[in-house]
Formats: sequence, C-alpha cells, structure tokens
Amino acid sequence: MINTMECAVDAQSLISISLMKIHNSRTQRGGIKLHKNLLVSYVLRNARQVYIKEKYAEIYRMQQYEEVMTVCNEIQELNPLDLEAEDAEDEEQARAACCGEEVSVCGSPCHRGAVQPAAHCRTPGALSGCCLLEDVGKEPEPSYYRSCCMEAPPAPHCDQFPANSSAHCNKTTVLDLDTHVVTTVENGYLHQDCCCDALQCGQGAQSSAKKRKVEFGCCASDAEEAPDFTAARKRAKREDCSYSAPDYTDTSNISNLISIFGSGFSGLLSRQADLEQICSKQALASLGAWTRAIVAF
Amino acid sequence: MSCAGPGGGSNDVQWCFSQVKGAIDDDVAEADIISTVEFNQSGELLATGDKGGRVVIFQQEQESKNKPQCRGEYNVYSTFQSHEPEFDYLKSLEIEEKINKIRWLPQKNAAHFLLSTNDKTIKLWKISERDKRPEGYNLKEEDGRYVDPNTVTALRVPVFRPMDLMVEASPRRVFANAHTYHINSISVNSDCETYLSADDLRVNLWHLEITDRSFNIVDIKPANMEDLTEVITAAEFHPNQCNTFVYSSSKGTIRMCDMRAAALCDKHAKLFEEPEDPNNRSFFSEIISSISDVKFSHSGRYLMTRDYLSVKIWDLNMETRPVETYQVHEYLRSKLCSLYENDCIFDKFECCWNGNDSVVMTGSYNNFFRMFDRGYQQDVTLEASRENSKPRSVLKPRKVSTGGKRKKDEISVDSLDFNKKILHTAWHPLDNIIAVATTNNLYIFQEKLN
Repeated sequence: MINTMECAVDAQSLISISLMKIHNSRTQRGGIKLHKNLLVSYVLRNARQVYIKEKYAEIYRMQQYEEVMTVCNEIQELNPLDLEAEDAEDEEQARAACCGEEVSVCGSPCHRGAVQPAAHCRTPGALSGCCLLEDVGKEPEPSYYRSCCMEAPPAPHCDQFPANSSAHCNKTTVLDLDTHVVTTVENGYLHQDCCCDALQCGQGAQSSAKKRKVEFGCCASDAEEAPDFTAARKRAKREDCSYSAPDYTDTSNISNLISIFGSGFSGLLSRQADLEQICSKQALASLGAWTRAIVAF
Repeated sequence: MSCAGPGGGSNDVQWCFSQVKGAIDDDVAEADIISTVEFNQSGELLATGDKGGRVVIFQQEQESKNKPQCRGEYNVYSTFQSHEPEFDYLKSLEIEEKINKIRWLPQKNAAHFLLSTNDKTIKLWKISERDKRPEGYNLKEEDGRYVDPNTVTALRVPVFRPMDLMVEASPRRVFANAHTYHINSISVNSDCETYLSADDLRVNLWHLEITDRSFNIVDIKPANMEDLTEVITAAEFHPNQCNTFVYSSSKGTIRMCDMRAAALCDKHAKLFEEPEDPNNRSFFSEIISSISDVKFSHSGRYLMTRDYLSVKIWDLNMETRPVETYQVHEYLRSKLCSLYENDCIFDKFECCWNGNDSVVMTGSYNNFFRMFDRGYQQDVTLEASRENSKPRSVLKPRKVSTGGKRKKDEISVDSLDFNKKILHTAWHPLDNIIAVATTNNLYIFQEKLN
C-alpha cells in the first residue's frame, strides 16, 4: 500500500534504496535481472546528480558564510573601533578574498581541505557543480529536491563523451569583470561516475591531499581518456551486476559511498592544468573578482 | 466494450462474468501465480503458464443448442509440467521454471502444438487426444505384463477399442543453450516454420524442426558491458510478412527489422520513438518509459506498446510519434517514488487487441483492467473480483477518484491494492471473450448476449 503522504523524494534516500535493490538482486532466485538493474542504475544516476548539486550548493553557501564570519571576526580583532576607509577597503578585500577563491567542490561530507583559511588557494576540485557557479548569490529552488521532478537537464554541450547519448554535461564559462579573464570549465558528466575508480580515488582522497591531482589512474582529465569513464560507469550494468567496489559490502555505509562519489567526480571532471591556472590567477588577481563574476552558460 | 455512461453512439458491449479458475484461498502459493495467458488461433483453447512451470490448457465447450445465449464454457483440457527448476553449475545460478511466454502454432492436423519458454529454454509441446486404445495383444496382458509365449495357443489381431478421452502432452523439441540472458519473448513466424526468441540483448531465429542450431539476428550487447544503456524488452513477428519483426527496448523505442536486408538485423529498417516530454522529467523517467509489451494488430498495420503508465498505438508508416496514446493510470505519476520503493514500478504489464483491432485492453492495479475503444474514443475500467462473480452478472464500470472529493462508488488512489495486479490479459481472436489473470486466478468474461 502506498502511504497516504507522498514520500519526500530525497535524493540521498533514493540512492540508498537503489543500492539496496542492487545488493538484494544478487541473491534473488533466477539470477540477476539485467533489465531491472539497468533501470535501478538510471535512478541511481539521477538521484546522484541531484544529490551532488545539492551538496555543492550547500557547501558553497556554508563556505561563503564561514568566510564572511571569519573575516568579520578578524577585522573586529584587529581594530574594532577603527572604521577608516583603508580598513574598509581591506575588509572588502579580505572578504573578497574569502569569497573570491575558487570553491573547492570536492568538499562533500569528507571535507577534505574544504574549510581552509581564506588566503589559501583551495584544492581545485572540478567545477562540476555548475549550478554552484550559476547560482552565485542565489538559493537553489527549494522545490528542486522536494518533488519528484528534477530540473530538466541543460542542453548537452558535451562532445567529450559521444558514446553517451544521454550525457548531461555542462560547460560553465566565467567572465571575470576585473581582469577580463574568461575561463571555461567543462563538466564532462554527472552520470558517468566511476564507482570502482571512485573508490580507488577515494582511497587517495581520504589521505587528505590538498590538490586533487587527477592521478587516480583512470581519472585523467584528457578528453581522449574520457571514454574510460564512460566505460567504467555503472558496474551494476554488467552481466553479473555485481557492484564490484571491493570495499563495498555494507549497504548501510551509504554516506561514505556518496562522499567517494563526490571525490570521484571532482577528480574526473576537470582539466587539471586549467584549474591550476585558474587557481593561481585567482590568487594573484583581484580577489574581488568572484563576487562580481558573471557566469555565462 | 461497456459504454461509460448512457451510450450515445457507442458500441454497447457489456461484459459479464463467465467463469473463474483457480483457488479461492487468499494465501497464494508462489507456484500458482499465473505468468502468461494465450488463446490459440481459433479461440477454442486457452493456455496459461504459471511460476511453478506448469501449463494448464482450457478447452471451450461446443455451443449447445439448449443454451444459445451462452458461449461455451472453458474447462480444463490438459495440465502438464512444462519446465522444471534447473541449476547452472558454471555460474552458480538457479534457473527459474516460471513460464514466461506461451505461443500456439497454427493448427495443421488433429494435434495442437505450442511453444512454452522459461528464462533459458524453449520447448515445443504436442497436445493430442487419444480416445481409442489397442486391445487384444498376443504377447501382452491388458495390464502390460508379458505372457509366456509357450502358453499362447491361438493368434488374434489387436483392434482399437474406444476409451475415455485422454489428452496427452508430450515434448517434441527442446531448444536450449542459445540464450545467455533471460528470455522475455517468443513469436511464431507467419511461415509456420520458424520462430524467434528474444532475451535482454539478443534475438535468435529458430527452425521448428532444428534444435541444435539457431541464428542470431539481433545483438545489442556492447563490447564493454559497462557501456550498456538499453536492453530488449519484447519482440514479435509481423502477422503476415514473414521477413518483418519488431523489438522494443527499455528506452521506449521500437525497432522494426527486415530479415531480407541482412543476416544480422542490428541496423533497423524503422525506428519508432516519441521524444520525451521535458516537463515530465523525474527520477523515474527512464523506468516508466521502458516498454513492457509490444503487439502487432491483427491487420499488421499498427503496433501497440505498453509502458508503465500508458498504451500507445503506432502506425507502421509513421515513426515519429504514436497515432494514439491512452493513459492507463495517470494518477500513479505522483506516486512513482512509493512504487519504486515497493518494486511495483517494475511490473511488466501486457496488452492485447480484440479480434478486429477496434479495442485494446491492458491491466492495472487493484485487479482493475482497462479497455480503450479506438473508434469511439471511449475507455472503461472493470474489475476482476470474486465479489462480481455471479454467473452472467454484468460488470460495473469502476472509477478511481483523482481529485480531492471522492464520489460514491469511486475508489481513491490511496486505497488501491498494489498487490492485486493484472499483468496478463488475452482476447479471443474471433469473439468478445476475454481472459484476465489476477495473481493466481483466471477470470473469463463474455459479452452479454441478449
């Protein structure tokens, strides 16, 4: 029987339900049903896309808030009574410094290097959270994760992954009004996550490396290697449908798995060189840029 | 079909309960769950398969002159165990004995032939009648014991004597080891010599006489299984063109193939696909667009497909969109999350045409089934239940209330019983007689005759 209350469509619970279904299918009589597991993997993909967007938005908001608070506290400590212009300028710069750095979208629950003092260049995780950049200063719509409907995927620009006819990929272009620097980040995919690779990545990531080099074996960011990610996608779709993540035996340990996905994505999605460039440029250029950046899509 | 209201210009078919087969127990044994229903080409025989691997065939009584208002009843004609559970030792997998599909061969002589399949093996069964037996053997007693030849003093010629009718089912062919994945469809070709079988990734062509070879005609398995994006969900031969068949996919597309074009029909001749409505996008879009059944019309001009929420009719000459779309239970669209949790969203509903392709039928939940009259653009919801099972009682149309206010006699969406699902229905090829399978019961309804 269906509950009288329509169930809240929470991306995270859908992910755990889906993983449970895949796990249970291994022991079902008659063998693993390829069709059903394929459909479950689609739900998993969709839920994960939403979950990651939500997470990034949340982290970005949190970081903005923390940075502002940190700077304000610092300023107050320095000279709480002196509100001369130059201090105001410093304050603005300092605030901009917090906000101005590229957000580490690797954040996820692991918070690997996510909360850093303002001046450091953050780990240039991939800017996969396109909505993150789009929604600067904007709250994600609350209806977004309450109803069954997802936002329609943006028009795919992706030619990196031709094999994937349903690629949801975003290209995010950022124009810095101060330096007139245009940077483009391609978000290869959100559904081409790489569970196994993500786990391997996860091992490395959890050693709290600051810079997430795309050194996790397959997680190279070159376009040519992108099909490997396609290839590595969706282990559930294999004939034996075994979710072959070696360490994944406990289906209740979902938060770890999700965090691993998060790190896996960030490793997969960017061109490392570009991001390092962005990072350094940001550090050097006017740090107020980000607060006034226009995100062109 | 029943008219929804006082019928203005509608086809005034009213449906009556005729029979119900199966146990009355509420406690359903898993083996008794009906998994397929099929009339033969004349409609005289009705076959059902169940999860326990058994086939039960019902035969229609000859119409008696005493009761001209009743069409003949269906009585059990033959029961046999078609498939047994097997174990694949190499993969450590159990192979279910559940009968996935039954298809009758066109009748050529006194015997009847049908194909039945489980996940891995297809069998050709011969069902024949025996009403005479030989008697008067010289070397054998009537009970079969051998006689000592020394005691035989005279010889006689054995003769056939009448006996009680016995219906025998014997397996004539076993078509095995051709499918790595689970078989979902079989379809007999109009040439009556070949048939196809389809699993998740491949379609094979068989000759009915040859069991040790089959031709693979469609293979959608990607080189790397991790690139898999869709599977085959159903396949069927065209009713008159022996070179044409279709297969549907989990992505909601139908491909029509011509076997004359190439030996391997991976490249389709036609692709039927409707673009997705972006406003309806949800977490479950892929699941509800997966096609669970595909059926040609008897004329061969149209195709019908069933996905989770709708039935679509396609004109073979138009690939871009269906010519008709019927919503089966649109009120479930807002419940997809719950239906996903309880696995109901994976239910595979079938659909069928009536004899002259004017009406289509499919099942739903709460033991409801739906009929859509294509000509009169009317639809009706009926229920298969023991409460409505008085002989010849007319079925009353049912209604599910979707709005806030529930009228009398309407049932609210939240009261629907999702464990009572009608996945399998069949329509007599010539008359208005339908067979509707609930979980473990088979209901037969007939048109009310005056």
